[in-house]
Amino acid sequence: MSSVAHDHAHDHAHDHGHGHHGGYGGIMRWITTTNHKDIGTLYLWFAFIMFMVGGAMAMVIRAELFSPGLQIVDPDFFNQMTTLHGLIMVFGAIMPVFVGFANWQIPMMIGAPDMAFARLNNWSFWLLPFAALLLVGSLFVPGGAPGVGWTLYAPLTVQMGIGMDLTIFAVHILGMSSILGSINIITTILNLRAPGMTLMRMPLFVWTWLITAYLLVAAMPVLAGAVTMTLTDRHFGTTFFNAAGGGDPVLYQHIFWFFGHPEVYIIALPGFGVISQVIPAFSRKPLFGYASMVYATSAIAILSFIVWAHHMYTVGMPVTGQLFFMYATTLIAIPTGVKVFNWVATMWKGSLTFETPMLFALGFLFMFTLGGFTGLVLALVPVDIQLHDTYYVVAHFHYVMVAGALFAAFAGIYFWLPKWTGRMYNEKLGQIHFWLTMIFFNMIFFVQHFVGMAGMPRRIPDYPLMFETWNKISSLGAFGMGLTQLLFLYIVVKCIRSGETAPQKPWEGADSLEWTHLPTPVPYHTFETPPVLK
Amino acid sequence: MNIESQNRLLSRKLAIVAAAMFGFGFALVPFYNQICAALGVNSIEEKDQVVNTQVDLSRTVTIEFDSNAHNMPWRFQPTVRYITVHPGELATVEYEIVNVRDAPVTGQAVPSYGPQIAGEYFKKIECFCFTQQTLAAGETRRLPVVFVVDPKLPKDVNTIAVSYTFFEVAGRGGKS
Repeated sequence: MSSVAHDHAHDHAHDHGHGHHGGYGGIMRWITTTNHKDIGTLYLWFAFIMFMVGGAMAMVIRAELFSPGLQIVDPDFFNQMTTLHGLIMVFGAIMPVFVGFANWQIPMMIGAPDMAFARLNNWSFWLLPFAALLLVGSLFVPGGAPGVGWTLYAPLTVQMGIGMDLTIFAVHILGMSSILGSINIITTILNLRAPGMTLMRMPLFVWTWLITAYLLVAAMPVLAGAVTMTLTDRHFGTTFFNAAGGGDPVLYQHIFWFFGHPEVYIIALPGFGVISQVIPAFSRKPLFGYASMVYATSAIAILSFIVWAHHMYTVGMPVTGQLFFMYATTLIAIPTGVKVFNWVATMWKGSLTFETPMLFALGFLFMFTLGGFTGLVLALVPVDIQLHDTYYVVAHFHYVMVAGALFAAFAGIYFWLPKWTGRMYNEKLGQIHFWLTMIFFNMIFFVQHFVGMAGMPRRIPDYPLMFETWNKISSLGAFGMGLTQLLFLYIVVKCIRSGETAPQKPWEGADSLEWTHLPTPVPYHTFETPPVLK
Repeated sequence: MNIESQNRLLSRKLAIVAAAMFGFGFALVPFYNQICAALGVNSIEEKDQVVNTQVDLSRTVTIEFDSNAHNMPWRFQPTVRYITVHPGELATVEYEIVNVRDAPVTGQAVPSYGPQIAGEYFKKIECFCFTQQTLAAGETRRLPVVFVVDPKLPKDVNTIAVSYTFFEVAGRGGKS
């Protein structure tokens, strides 16, 4: 390791001072940067800010649902909150946080000096704040933000005010950013691997991102098409989704979910990748069944394109259609089961330790599997017709989105923060953050299974008295979980500013290139000469 | 080939994939219509074929009629609120439309049924909803719906609400 550090200083001291960042300082450094590490940092902070904004909206939702009846916000505003909460968390928080990981980690894990298109990378990021401004700004136009739900279903979307147009443009820009980012990631992985880094030697995080990027390139344009149709229906006299002109609102649902189901895996797969790095590191064993993990991930990605209508069993499709989508959906349980099995088998007879990244990985494993099981329940047509649009569905997708994707993101941040900053976070506070998040998360969402099965519909600001107790528990959990994330902010800022110096290799079992071939903290430029792989 | 041109080539291929998938979203529109036509679902504008005209005198079904004109300058209502029929019996009701705008207006009616399951047993032989209707300024028109309730209607359905909503068809036969 020390020899690599020496090589680096030797190679680059002449054109960059140590740790200096090209031509600009201050804010201009961040606006003009083309360095994958800077852009990764920008993505991560952007995602965190959006996580807080979307989280604040969730607090409004839970505050209103604390008691039956209407007390804090009017139903219109409540609908706007559910819509923006969904859009912001999916497109503003979860997707960017994993693009942030991709930017930081992929070049280092495959031994590349930077992303393939560094300037495009800068542009992919800087599209995001404008999209976020349009989304949040739609709250302040006449009529407010759209109150249609994050799925933007026609025909409601055709009737909304100009906030809807802002949202459509925001989705266009977000899609553009994701597609450009994905093209960049695929090109980097396929063309810039160090000699000897064959595809089947890549860390699994890189594999999951390669597959995710393909999903993004294939699925995001379909969403762009769907919202473009909504836009022309609204303003240019087309009738894609208007029954009077020969269109059909159900068609929107088909197009949306053709994008929407791959999107679910776009969110989940990079998280799987992070977990597949963390669990072996803290088990001090290589990942069990590496090749089967790669094939399982690919199988999930391919299956994700033929299951979309399980989100819409109740639209009146023929029974044959329902059966096809039911069987295809339950089929996904097989590759997902392979992955869960492999993670558990990785820990089998390993020398486990339970630092914060591992705790979050284990939390992910338990909670994501639970969410997977409720997904299987919902995949079954007769059950789903009962549970469609109830809180059971809300509980299900939060188990896979929050305890799946978000827990994986926390695991990744605690795992790589020492590498990125050269400082350790406070282990004790990290573990407190984990336990509080875990407890409050289950307080919010576990009880929602009960109210959902009892018939409480989602996206409605009021509910019958009999659901009050569970909703109170859920709301208290939500406030707790919101506050806990301020602790996370404190831990990260404290780590960056005054954490203890991290050892060269803080995690004994970590074995990808960034741990074995680079010093801690990683220098600003890495692998300008490719590493030698045995 | 050097690495830059390899990168450019790959990115161009991927951009083509993205553009093609954007087109694919639009290609789903005719594809969806074809599938629906092939499976015989979603055929609100088509005449139903009535094969069994056996009248089931042992039970009666109440048919309630509802009407809406969605943001349209039309007064639109059924001439009767409800009728009672035996399953299998041919029945006719009339709706009246008045165009209160001083310009021609074209509209399309879309039916819906409550309970939803009754829709497939409500067989329309003639309906103003099969075509777009264009009314001249101030015109009044009475339009029939001729239907048969399929005797296979589930036994627990005693009442069917039939609701028509007229939507204005923009840019045809009038301003919008």
